[in-house]
Formats: sequence, structure tokens, C-alpha cells
Amino acid sequence: MSTAALYNDQGAAEAAVEAGQETTPTSSSSGAAFGLFSTDFKKNEDLKEMLESNKESLKLEAMKRIVQLISKGKNASELFPAIVKNVASKNIELKKLVYVYLVRYAEEQQDLALLSISTFQRALKDPNQFIRASALRVLSSIRVPIIVPIMMLAIKEAAADLSPYVRKTSAHAIQKLHSLDPDQKEQLIEVIEKLLKDKSTLVAGSVVMAFEEVCPDRIDLIHKNYRKLCNLLVDVEEWGQVVIINMLTRYARTQFLNPNINESLLEEGSGGEKMFYGSDEDEDEDEKEKKAEAAAIAKRKPYVMDPDHRLLLRNTKPLLQSRNAAVVMAVAQLYFHLAPKAEVGVIAKALVRLLRSHSEVQFVVLQNVATMTIKRRGMFEPYLKSFYIRSTDPTQIKVLKLEVLTNLANETNISTILREFQTYIKSMDKDFVAATIQAIGRCATNIGEVRDTCLNGLVQLLSNRDELVVAESVVVIKKLLQMQPEKHSDIIKHMAKLTDNIQVPMARASILWLIGEYCEHVPRIAPDVLRKMAKSFTNEEDIVKLQIINLAAKLYLTNSKQTKLLTQYVLNLAKYDQNYDIRDRARFVRQLIVPTEKSGALSKYAKKLFLALKPAPVLESPFKDRDHFQLGSLSHLLNAKAGGYQELPEWPEAAPDPSVRNVEVFTLLERVTTLTSVPEWTKCSSREKRKEKKVEKPFYSDSEGESGPTESADSESDSASTTDSASASVSEESESGLESESEEESETEEEEEDKKEKKNQKKEPKKPVQESESEQSSEEEDRKPEKRSKKLKSDSESDSVEDEGSESESSPSESEDFESEAVVTKKKKAAESKPPSKSVRKEEKKEKKEMSLLDLDDFEPTPSPQVTPVNTLLSNSLATDLEGLSLSDSILSPATIIPSGALKNYELLHRITGEGLSVEYCFSRQPFSPDANMVAVQLQFTNNSTSDTKNLHMEDVRLQSGMRVKEFPEIELLPAGEMTSAVMGIDFCDSTQAANFQLCSHTKKFFVSIQPPVGELMRPVFLTENEFKKEQGQLMGMNEITEKLTLDVKCRNEHAIVQRVTTAANLSRVPCGSDKECSPPVPPPDYPVHRFAGRTVTSSSLVLVTVATREEGAAQLMVNCEKMVIGTMLVKDILLALTQ
Amino acid sequence: MIHSLFLINASGDIFLEKHWKSVVSRSVCDYFFEAQERATEPENVPPVIPTPHHYLISVLRHRIYFVAVIQSEVPPLFVIEFLHRVVDTFQDYFGVCTEAAIKDNVVVVYELLEEMLDNGFPLATESNILKELIKPPTILRTMVNTITGSTNVGEQLPTGQLSVVPWRRTGVKYTNNEAYFDVVEEIDAIIDKSGSTITAEIQGVIDACVKLTGMPDLTLSFMNPRLLDDVSFHPCVRFKRWEAERILSFIPPDGNFRLLSYHVSSQNLVAIPVYVKHNITFREGSSQGRFDLTLGPKQTMGKAVEAVLVSSQLPRGVLNANLNPSQGTYTFDPVTKLLTWDVGKINPQKLPNLKGTMNLQAGASKPDENPTINIQFKIQQMAISGLKVNRLDMYGEKYKPFKGIKYMTKAGKFQVRT
Repeated sequence: MSTAALYNDQGAAEAAVEAGQETTPTSSSSGAAFGLFSTDFKKNEDLKEMLESNKESLKLEAMKRIVQLISKGKNASELFPAIVKNVASKNIELKKLVYVYLVRYAEEQQDLALLSISTFQRALKDPNQFIRASALRVLSSIRVPIIVPIMMLAIKEAAADLSPYVRKTSAHAIQKLHSLDPDQKEQLIEVIEKLLKDKSTLVAGSVVMAFEEVCPDRIDLIHKNYRKLCNLLVDVEEWGQVVIINMLTRYARTQFLNPNINESLLEEGSGGEKMFYGSDEDEDEDEKEKKAEAAAIAKRKPYVMDPDHRLLLRNTKPLLQSRNAAVVMAVAQLYFHLAPKAEVGVIAKALVRLLRSHSEVQFVVLQNVATMTIKRRGMFEPYLKSFYIRSTDPTQIKVLKLEVLTNLANETNISTILREFQTYIKSMDKDFVAATIQAIGRCATNIGEVRDTCLNGLVQLLSNRDELVVAESVVVIKKLLQMQPEKHSDIIKHMAKLTDNIQVPMARASILWLIGEYCEHVPRIAPDVLRKMAKSFTNEEDIVKLQIINLAAKLYLTNSKQTKLLTQYVLNLAKYDQNYDIRDRARFVRQLIVPTEKSGALSKYAKKLFLALKPAPVLESPFKDRDHFQLGSLSHLLNAKAGGYQELPEWPEAAPDPSVRNVEVFTLLERVTTLTSVPEWTKCSSREKRKEKKVEKPFYSDSEGESGPTESADSESDSASTTDSASASVSEESESGLESESEEESETEEEEEDKKEKKNQKKEPKKPVQESESEQSSEEEDRKPEKRSKKLKSDSESDSVEDEGSESESSPSESEDFESEAVVTKKKKAAESKPPSKSVRKEEKKEKKEMSLLDLDDFEPTPSPQVTPVNTLLSNSLATDLEGLSLSDSILSPATIIPSGALKNYELLHRITGEGLSVEYCFSRQPFSPDANMVAVQLQFTNNSTSDTKNLHMEDVRLQSGMRVKEFPEIELLPAGEMTSAVMGIDFCDSTQAANFQLCSHTKKFFVSIQPPVGELMRPVFLTENEFKKEQGQLMGMNEITEKLTLDVKCRNEHAIVQRVTTAANLSRVPCGSDKECSPPVPPPDYPVHRFAGRTVTSSSLVLVTVATREEGAAQLMVNCEKMVIGTMLVKDILLALTQ
Repeated sequence: MIHSLFLINASGDIFLEKHWKSVVSRSVCDYFFEAQERATEPENVPPVIPTPHHYLISVLRHRIYFVAVIQSEVPPLFVIEFLHRVVDTFQDYFGVCTEAAIKDNVVVVYELLEEMLDNGFPLATESNILKELIKPPTILRTMVNTITGSTNVGEQLPTGQLSVVPWRRTGVKYTNNEAYFDVVEEIDAIIDKSGSTITAEIQGVIDACVKLTGMPDLTLSFMNPRLLDDVSFHPCVRFKRWEAERILSFIPPDGNFRLLSYHVSSQNLVAIPVYVKHNITFREGSSQGRFDLTLGPKQTMGKAVEAVLVSSQLPRGVLNANLNPSQGTYTFDPVTKLLTWDVGKINPQKLPNLKGTMNLQAGASKPDENPTINIQFKIQQMAISGLKVNRLDMYGEKYKPFKGIKYMTKAGKFQVRT
């Protein structure tokens, strides 16, 4: 032993030291390291001297060498006294290295460590935030129980520090203290509670981390901070995002209702899973009952999503684009666990993207994808090819990809998948080949159509040269044959022949079992096989021996004439076997099958026992039911509960009170801290300040910066409900309904407060007409923003005029919009010289009100001079950010983009032609998330017949070249009398060519076609008036079409024109058209010009529409579009809309 | 969260350890070594290994295992992503991330790790911030430090850390203001025996090298942004602007960074720039196999295909290969059975060809698997998806920067099945 020799050289003392350290048995370089160490050890003496010298550079040199020792895992604890003296050094690097040392060894040298504490206590008061923070970091890292009170004090102080960086550090320290002394929990929770209120993005991630560590069950602490966290999320650093998202997932599970409640209950009855794995065809009665019950429930109480739930989904979605795989995964699991079924699809693309990353990332992502594919197969189907296996993939990745491919297999894609599997079987990686064969087996069991093909393929593999391949195939074939043995006696015969060649025990055992089980199908061969086996019995593996006994017993029972002696022989051999299991089995079998006087009643049933019909095996994915663990978690990956794992709670039966999340007082006290550290969104308090600091505008949350994040949810809900009251039209199910309900709920609670508020308002001295009251209040709100949130709530349910008030408070940009509108109204009023009679005026007022509400609907932030900062660039980006906000939200967008008027429904399939099934479709005008180039078409299926319709899907899509269709997910079941809807996407290639396809149910097929009106081939874009004019200037000549018209009598006011145009075409209104303040009065103010803009969906060509009104209802319509065909058709459509 | 970190080299030595909480004994790595032994290939070591009291999460980069010790539930990707970030940082600091480089810079490594994690929770991972906290070692600075006694540890809190643009520090100054963008696209493809494409995808990145004074605000727009199917951004990119206008608007970090990575979906037809004609056969009963491989350009839009490298894992039965390349050089490793052929540039007039015989083990039966051919290549000045940058504008600063855009197409995982 070379090391032993070295030990001797070094002397016993050193050897002991060394032995203590070298705990790793495998460190093969210990010899070399040892040589090094001997010099190190000697130098340790001079290290002490160096540390005690006066020269900084020497000290630093010493510390560097000590760090080197630590990094190698060597013990340097005896230097502690010498080092701890340097803790107060002026040299920052030296100080830091001393910190490193301290943190490492303080636990071992507690008494000495205490010497350093006072230094840190002093540093905690340092004016430099950096020094304060690092002092707290080190102080809290010293794991010495005695200093717990000091730490507690330091944490409390730091939590109130002006610097967010120090507060962040204090959040980290909370966890350290908690792990050091769990008794401090209560006090620490107080600090956490305080820090949770912190508005800095820097602190948010760390404090949630501390929350998760210390008190993950105190969900009540989150309520008040929920909306803030949601809104801050994009600006939090990436690691914090992961922790916050995971926590919010759990939170949402306790606070909101299951968005898939209706579907999931239905699913239980005859969901997709059953189709896939279901072998038990008999659907029991009570399940049916349950289903009916569920359907009844669903009818009684339509699901509405809590706006806070929506807020969470909306604010996490952009993070799917993060470069950090952990963030993407966190969002993906959030969507998987929380989002409505229809929306989960968005995560697939992002997860597939992660597959390009490092192999470790791939490994984790694939595990999660595998789990997801079982529940939501459709989600990943379009990405099937991304899971194809490359020969260079590591085996563990290959196996996981195989798992995903198997889960994705269905009737339509099985042939491609099987072809792909065929190449895999030829791989050199034998483990992978074995896994492939298993996968083929699973596909065969799951998809009846290909069972025979698979079986044939596997039988061919039996002649493969590689024994492992053959063995694996045998095992899989055995399982397949068990499903329908009658048909395949020739395969059984073929396999019987293989017993001579195959040596792999498992395979031999499988063949023997198969022959024994189906010996009636192969009456001639079976005894012969037994004969051969009896000969080689003693040399077989245990597992094979057991099956030989099994075979012998079964043959004895069915064919005792031929096999009696053989069986006796085998049983005798087994009786003296070395393995007691085999001896036991032999004894047991003998007693059971060979009739003697002593044999009990059981032997009568021997045949029944041995030859009972065995249920076919179910080949299941190992990932089935793994989703009861939160996806993306360590526990999910290991499929076992890891320490500290927080169970994902089940959805509550009834939604807990949503009002707990309302924030009562919105403090706008700005902390006077360093310039940069001001939490961004508190700045909305004063405009001047915002202007000063606009350079540091937060990146994503500009819009939040405009309106206090705590309110944004409310404001949106308000706007939506106003939309309702104004136009009573938006037919979108979820949002609007939901909001009104949630409001109603909160109404009762806040009624009292509301009354008080009203009283206050009455007390206010100046009370002009109602209208100006709202205006006034809105102005007042601007001046007193502290009151905002309170008022907001109270106003929201007061009468409609006050509603306007609340509207204007909710976000400055909107309020200005409204204000300016109000000013217009005022001016118009002033313009009218003769005061009209009261009733007339009232009427007019109503009309005006409607108009202004409508403009709010349009939601284009009007760049009124008040908001426009000096820098136009920023104002632009602000506007686009706001626009982005509205566009990115698929559910809310209809409320903002579609002005009014129900979406027009078209008939796809009439009730009569569809034999009871009727289908209607409409263009929902929502962005189609899987493919932005597609137009979303919402289909509504109604089953008017008396029987259920199953498996509604699309087939045989015939399209003009270039067009593409994204099919709607198959509808598994549409019970009689029920309705359901689905969304499909069609890329019409900017043409009005129809998309023809077949709509298939489980029994029938119908030819249908969808032809889009030209107005649906575009999506609205936001342009300012100047941009509009500029673009218009470039689309002259051939691209411009002008038409004169006389407006319909009912369509002479602004409101009606806007409504009709936007109903005819999916365009957005260009603001400022009639606003005299913004543009010099080029058009005479009495005859406003309305402008609308959009882009075609596929090619993104601009579509500009101008309606210029003249006297007496005359008007001019102008359409500018690069695509002349679209332009011409659009002119016709709009003309029709305006004149009828 | 992350309790400890061990670095283990290819021969199984733990050459660095760092603990953020109480010390975890090295012996915990035994479980890792066990798993390593079970796995036949180094990359087959499971990334997550449960042990009785801890969990080991590891990544393999540059033949070094970075093993993190975890004690309780944590998203595995969180740790994996962090470890990769650590490696990236090392690479950024030392140029390479090798055992030698890490050992030479142990002190810097320790200082870095100390800043990156606090109590196991990531603190500062943005390289710009780290570089302000700890200056990267350069020869010059090391010399200066030894003479003047100054240190390479920053004394102030990095300016970026607290601002809303944490990725950029204030007070950046350059004499030559320049911004370069490299659009690099990689083609991942599987081509089947007959030459038809089974799957092909384009993965692209835009790497930027921005050296601009002050706080520039850049916008980058594309001629055809709709090509980009799935994108992920550097945190600096304003997401909403992209959603609304398909324009990249950002305040760039200082220096090198990856602005964007994107995916061009397989639905769009991918142009495959090279084709392979192959004839690799083994005859039953003969101890020789034939090998014939020809490469040719296809759909390259007139650009030359360069730096072509063909590699193939030949069946285990092959003893040696006796081949004759028409250009370039080939090597065959009889131990790993790896054949590599460094072709160089493809000349469309005279297509490169590799032809000859393979000798099989005597008496061995014909291998039933056929080798897969992996191809690497580069095409300069072309993005295969057709993506084109329209323009780059700068706001917020007065000067006029020098701007440059470079396109390149590379083979990613490009495989031809035979």
C-alpha cells in the first residue's frame, strides 16, 4: 500500500488527522493529494505567522491558501483564533475571505466565534447598505444557538431597513434562523408578514421563499398580498419567480374553484383516459348516475372564474417565454394544475422548446411531459415529431421519449409511430431496444386496430439474432396473446419451438406459462415441451423451474394420460431442489392435483384453480396518476414524497370568500430611499415624479405602473361589467358573467360601507348635476389617491353614473380618456345655445353617456396631452404596452376589441340535415393561441336528438393551397339535449375561400364548409391618428377605394357608425378622430371622421378604413389596403352595414 | 435549498466542495459514484439521485460533474438551471471551465459561489452584477494586484442590482460604440434511409455583443417576424412590445449576451442544405463490409457548405476500416468504433466521397443494425429559415453606433439513418 507507506513517512499524528478527513473511499488521487497535503501541513505553521503579521498582503495570501484548503475539504479549524481577529479588516477581499472561513467553522468553534459578533453588530449600523447586508448575511450564517436573540433583533431591524437589498437579506436570514432555532417561528412569522407587504420586486422572491420554509400552511398571510404578487411577478428576478409561482399554485388550489369542474365530472364517466386504458367495458350504473348528477350540477350552477384566478393565469403566461427552464416549468405546472382545459395547450410549445436544452433539463421536462400526456394527450400531439429519438440521445432520455411517444399514440398516428419504432429496434443500444419492444406492446394493447400488426412485427423479432431482443419480445407477446389466445395458436407453436434456443430465463418462463395456459390450443406440442423441460430441469433457473412445475400441473389436469409420468418425474426432481420455494411449490402441487385418500376437498377444484380464466394484463404507463404530485417538483420526479413537500390541495367544493384579497387601504406613502430603490409602481401617485424617473420604468409592467396593481383586477372587472350594462351584448360566457356575480357578492358585504360613503358624498357641499358629480369625483380622486381603492369599491355598485366615476379612478389613463370625453360633452353642451327642455336634455345626456361608455370599451389609450411625457418614444411604448396587455389576454379581449353587438352566428349544420345535431359557428375574434396566423372559429354543437353523440371530430379537410386548419379537439361525448363548444383555427390565407371538411360523429359524417366574411380575416391594430395618416399616404392609388353613401337613418351618430363598422369587420378604432383638442380642426367639427385600422391575419397587410360623414347623412367611405381584393370586398360589406 | 456543492472530475475525484449550510460529509457522494458505475455512459447518470437523507442533483458539463446536495423538496429544474448558470459563469470568468482552471482560481470560484447563493438560495446570477462584485481575473490585474495590494473584489453594491435594469450597470463608457448581432440557426433533422426528411426543425439564437455607452434603448425589427414560432427572451426584452408589434425593444446588457432564442416550427418546410448518398452493407458470411458515402449540397441558395464533419458509430463487430476519402481526412477509432471524416468544404463540382471496406471480426455474424451518420456543417451569411433583420434603431443616446449583423446556419442534431 503506497498510502500506508506515506502514512508512515508522515508520522502517526498526521496520519490520524488525515484519516479523519479522507472519508471518500474512491478518491483515487488521495496519494497525490496526500503528497501535497504534507507540504500544506507544514505551511500551516507559517500561515499562522502570516495572519498575525501586519502586512495586509501577507494576510490575504494566507487567507487565499486557507480557502484553498477548505475547498479541498481539508480541516483548517485550528487556525480559527488567528483568523477571527481579522474580521474587522479594512481590506474588503480579506474580510470576505474571513467571512467564508467563519461561516464554515463557526459551528465547530462556537466560543471563539462569539468574538466576531460585535463586529457584525457594528456593521449592521453602517451607512453603506452593502456592508449592512453582508454583515447580516454572515451573522445569520453563523450557526451558534447563543446568538439567536441577537439574530432575531438584527432581522427585525433589517426588515424595516430603507434599502430593499438589506430587506432581501433579512428575508434570507429568516430561513437560517428558523433552521437554527425552530422555536422562534412565531416571531419570524411576524417578520414574514411584514415583509410580504413589501412592494419591492427584490424582496418578493426571498420572502416567499422564507414563507415556504417557515410557515407554508399560513395561507392566510397571502390573501392581502396576492394581487400584488401577481402583478409584480414579471419583474421579480427569475429564481424568485419560480418560488412565487409554485406557492401561488398551491394558494390558488385552496381559494378558487376547479375551472374544469364540469368536464372533469363528465370525464369520469367516459373520459379519454378510459378510451385509452379502459379494458373494463361495463360502465357501472352508479357511475352513470353520477354523471347525470354532474350534468345536473353543471346546469344549475355555471362555472365562473374568479377574476383573481384569471389574473394569475394572465400574469404568468408571458413567463413561458423566459430563458430560465425552471421558470417555464413552473408556469407550465401552474397552467396544468389551474387553467381551464382549453387554455392548457399554450404550455406545450414552451415545454417542447426546453427539449433543446441540456440533457438534464430534457430529463426533467420529459418526465413531466410524460405525466401530462396521460391526462392531456391532445396537447402534445402536434409536437409528436419533436419526441423522435436520435441515436445520440443518452439512454435515459431515449426511454423517456419513448414513453411520451407511446402515450401520444392513437388511431391516427399509430402507423407513423410504429414505423419510427421499427428503426429504433435496430438500434445498438440494447436497453433502448428492449424498451421499444415494451412500448410496441403497450401500443398494441391500447389501440385495438394495430394489435395484429404489432403482434406480427413482434413475432418477426423472435428470429432476431440478439437474445435480449427475442426475450423481450417473448414477454410482450405473452401479454398480448393473453388478450385473445384463440386466434393465435400458430404463434404459440412457433414460440414453443423457440425453447430450444432462447436462454434468457424470463423469456423461457413466459413461453412455458403460455403453453401451459393454452395447452388446449396446442394439444400435441405441449407434452413434448414438458418432456424436453423435464430433461433439462436441474439446469434451469428458478423462475423457469417454477413454470415447469406449473406446466406439468396444468398438463396433468388436462391430459393426464400422456403426462402423468412426466409430471411425477418433474415433481420428484423439484422435491429435492435446493430452493425451498420450488420444493414448497412441488409439494403443494402434488397435494392438489394427485388424488390420494388424504387429499382434501380442494383437489376437486384443482382444475378450476389452475385453469381459471386469467384477466388480460393492463399495460400501464409508469407515469399514470403521477400528477397527484405537483408537477415539476422533486417528489413528482422521484414518484415519492420528498421531505418538505407540500401537498397540492384538492379544489374546494365551494369557493372561499374572494373578498379576503381586497386591499382596503392603498398606502401611497413613498419611501424616501435611494433613487433607484423606489418600488416602481408606487410612483403612480404623482405624475411629476414619474416623469422624472421615467428612465427606470419597469420593463414589463408599464401598464401596472399606471394603475395601482392592487386595483387593476378590479378596474378590469368594472370595465367589463360596464360593457355589459352599456351594450348588453358581449356574449362571451365566462368573464362578464363572472364579474357581475362576484360583484354582487361583494356588494352585500360592502353595502354598509357603501352607505357611509354615499352619506359622505351627500355631505359634500358642491353638488351640481349628477353628471358633473362623477366628473368631479373623478378629479377629486386624482387629487386624493389614497382614498382610491376604498372609493372604487363603494362606487362600483352605486348607480350607473357613479359607475363612471369608479371607472375613471381605476386607472389614470382611462380616467383621462373619460375626462376628455366629458370635456367634449361639456363643450358640446356649451355649443348649444338654447337650453333645451329638461326631458330632451335628459335624453341627450343618456345618449352622450352611452357614447362615452362606448369609447371606454374601445380602450385605446388616448394620448391626451396630459399623459404624454416629454419623450415620445416612451409614451409610444407605453401605449403599445397597454395594447399588448389587452391583446395578450385572450378572454378579456372580446370585451375590449369587440365593441358591441352579439357575435354573428352562422350555421354550419342544420338540425335537420345533421339528424339532430346542429352546429353553429361564429368568429370569436380572439387571437388563436396555437397559431397567430389563424382565425379562431368558435363552434357550438347542440345535440337535439334523443341519443348521445360521441367522438365528434373533423376529418378529410379539403383546402385551397396555402390554407391550414387546426382542428378542434375531439369531443368525446355530447349527451342528448346538451350543448358544447369548441374552438378551431383556420388560416384562410387572406382569402374568402371556404374551408371544407367533414364533421364526423361516431356514426355519421356531414360535409360542411366554413366561409369567412372578409371582415373576419383581419385583426385590429392600434394606430394613432398620425400613424394612420402616414400609412394611408402610402396606400394610395390602386390600393385605395372610395365610395359615396347615404347613411341609414338610424346610423347617423358616432356610436352607431362605430358599432356597425366594427361589427362588419374586426377592426379597431383609431382614437382622436373627432377630438378637437388633439388634431387641428381639419375636418369640420360637426362632421366627424371615423378611422379604423386592422391587419390581415395571414400576411399582416394593413387595412385602413375611413368613414367621413357629411351633412344630411351623406358620407364617404374609404378603404386603403394593399390587398385589393380584400379592399373591394370590405368596401361592399361595410357599405351594406352602414346603409341598412 | 442547495445545501452543498461538490465538483467531481472524470476520474471520480472530488476536487472542490462548498457548503452553504452545515457541512455535509463527502461520503454522500458515494451514492453518486454507485449510480455512475451502474450507468454505462457518463451521460447516463441520472440527474436526480435519492439517498437516505439527501438528494443529489447533478449536471455534467465539460467532463465535470457538478453535484448539488439537497435536503428537501425543491423543483429539480431550479437546481439544474442554477448549476448550469454556475458553469456558464465560470466559463465567462476563466474562458474555459476545466478542472485545472477551477483549481487555479479556487479563491475566485469561492467568492463567486458565495455571491451566487445565500443560504442555498440564488442571490446574484446575472453576470454583469457578478462582474462588478468580483472582477474577472486577468493577467494584468493579477500583476497589478500583487504590486499595489488592491483586490478584485468590488466595494460597492453593484448599481444594477437595485435598479429596474438589473442586467446593466450604469456609467458604461466606450470610445467605439458598436453593436453586433449574430443570427445563428441550427438545423435539427432526422433523414431516413431513402433520403426523405422525417423531422426537421430550425432552432435559432440571436447572440449579441453590445458595447455602447450610457443607457441605450435599442429596437430590432425583422422583415418576417412571423417565422418565429416560439421565442424566449433575455429578461431585457420588453415582452409586450413584442406581443403587439413583433419588435424587439430592449436596453441591452453590457457585453455578450443571448438576446433571443427561437424556434421555427416543423410545419414550415425546412430546407435541408446537404444530402448524403450512402451505401453501407455487410454481406452474410463475409468478413468484409462495403462503405460508400457521398455528400452533396442541396438548397443552399448558392452559399458554400463549410466545415463539414461526418461521424458515425460503426457496429461493434467492425474491427477496422480501410477507406479512401476523395478529400479531407478520416479516422477510425477501433476501440470506440467511431468513424470521423473531416471533409472541409463541399465543392459542388467534385462531390466529396469516402469509399472502402470495413473488416469484421472473423466468424462474427453480420451486424443487423446500420450505423447512423451524424453530420456537422456551417453555412456562412445565410439564415436557413429566411429570417432577416430589418433594422436596428437606437434611442436614448446621442452618438451613432456602429451596427453589424451576421447570419450563420449550422447543423444541430443532424442525423441520417442508413
